[in-house]
Amino acid sequence: MDFEFLEGCEAIAEAAVRAGCRFFAGYPITPQTEVPEYMSRRMPEVGGIFLQGESEIAAINMVYGAGASGVYAMTSSSSIGIALKTEGISYLAAARIPAVILNFQRGGPGIGNITASQSDYWQCVKGPGSGGHRCMVFSPSTIQECVDIMGMAFEKAFRDRNPVFVLLDGSIGNIKEPVKLPDMKPVPDKDAFDWCLSGCEGRAPRQLLPILPEDPSKFAEHATEMYARWQKEDVLVAEDLPDDAEVIVTAYGTAGRIAGACVKRLRKEGLKIGMIRPLTVSPFPIASFRKLDAGSTRLIIDVEMAKPAQMVEDVRLAVNGRIRVEALEIPGGIIPTDEDVYEGITGIIKGVNENGA
Amino acid sequence: MELEYVYKRPSAISSEADGYCPGCLHSTANRIIAEVLDEMDAVGRTIAVFPVGCAVLSAGYFLTDMTIAAHGRAPAVACAIKRCRPDRLVFTYQGDGDLAAIGMCETIHTANRGENITVIFINNSIFGMTGGQMAPTTLIGQASTTGGPSRNPDEVGYPFKMCELINQLEAPKYIARFALDSVPHIREAKKGIKRAFSIQMNGGGYSFVELISNCSTNWKTTPLKSLKFMREKMIPYYPLGEFRKPEEEE
Repeated sequence: MDFEFLEGCEAIAEAAVRAGCRFFAGYPITPQTEVPEYMSRRMPEVGGIFLQGESEIAAINMVYGAGASGVYAMTSSSSIGIALKTEGISYLAAARIPAVILNFQRGGPGIGNITASQSDYWQCVKGPGSGGHRCMVFSPSTIQECVDIMGMAFEKAFRDRNPVFVLLDGSIGNIKEPVKLPDMKPVPDKDAFDWCLSGCEGRAPRQLLPILPEDPSKFAEHATEMYARWQKEDVLVAEDLPDDAEVIVTAYGTAGRIAGACVKRLRKEGLKIGMIRPLTVSPFPIASFRKLDAGSTRLIIDVEMAKPAQMVEDVRLAVNGRIRVEALEIPGGIIPTDEDVYEGITGIIKGVNENGA
Repeated sequence: MELEYVYKRPSAISSEADGYCPGCLHSTANRIIAEVLDEMDAVGRTIAVFPVGCAVLSAGYFLTDMTIAAHGRAPAVACAIKRCRPDRLVFTYQGDGDLAAIGMCETIHTANRGENITVIFINNSIFGMTGGQMAPTTLIGQASTTGGPSRNPDEVGYPFKMCELINQLEAPKYIARFALDSVPHIREAKKGIKRAFSIQMNGGGYSFVELISNCSTNWKTTPLKSLKFMREKMIPYYPLGEFRKPEEEE
């Protein structure tokens, strides 16, 4: 198939359709409104259902109903809209109903600003709703990675019967670049899922209940096993790790893309530098950091469009004190240039060299 | 001699003893819904959406496919299920705190879109499960643990009349209020539920059935006196009747 020149929001929405998504409920909020606009046109063409919710809360609950019916269902929002959806996301996790949720992060807190940001890593990875549960969170850097991930996002959501996030930002959503869309996949037969609600004719009634059963340990044990399995089987990460790297840069999403260009430039200049770019931040690529040789690698620089940086906490947990970790923090809402990140990274290296470890 | 069953447990209700307070009319509401499902031979085609509050206890007794929605969100969940499975009978069963307070937005917008579902609204004028707090439907002068010994409209406004509110919208097809205080009223209520379900299964559109109910526990009265309160206080403020029904039915 040929490359097409597409806007992020529209490419991601189309990739969801091609993955089998046949239900979309959303609500307008910048910078992702192009997703519901696209879906409102596209869903009727493929026999799917589009609903504009009366709120973000209604939209996530519509997705709850569609997922409960066995349909590949998706919603999309941005930071403060996701905050409203976390009520429903917690219920999805408890009732074991699958769904895919796009989060186009904007700067915060509060209304904040509408440009790209990475200020809601904590929201998606640490606190996607009350009660202490996790979602799988994909963290692509390019539109091509986004469209390649959409099929996987639905498959994992339905495999685990658990909500899945794709963590994006206003930049990925609104830039245009050449992208090769995946082929149209057949829509899964909703009656093939042996847990979904369809009416109990000829079988025992099914219940999808967000109320924990008489034995509260049952859900906790299932969830803990699921999260451990993710860590073993589902980590996605782009590693560029020369054997003798002295400095490792880590970043995801748009920051990962910009930092990647900077790493190449610094290597050309003779620095022994590598990169770890997570494509899933939940599960976090712990093993990639654990295997670093503390003898040769003396510094890890985490680059984030968030101040204070957020992912850096998971980097520090993975490294567990073996290697020095510093963060280049760009406040959410500011998209740094290659030059900004280059100067930031070289500044941190210079500071460490001068002041010692 | 072959004996004929003239009265038995509806097939959609489990044989477990229910956990409602003594004298609570939720069990009556559950029963007449289940009787209608049997009469329509619809048990195997039904998907129920239960709420948060005392009404959620129904989830323990209904033998149909079901889910429980977050507080107030049952109509949003139910409309999506119905759109994904249009040949199924989909209903929500919600109390007054759930439907008229935290879920007012979903209630009104689902009705306004004319979603082809049935909303069954149990109005007992108080928060039951949390222990007697003021509901959007608490009557003027009625006691509650958050509205004082007497609801004062100057402070907290007036009780919502949900049928009348929904009757302002264009899309709904059936809007009716019944009461569960007496056998004749219960029989009327059952007819209304059947009418609402039939309209839905014929693709007719949104139906809203309000059932005036009781809460002797939080009204701090006896079950028998609670029936008197329904007749003397609630029904005069919440008039019974069919506010709207399809033309062919008139």
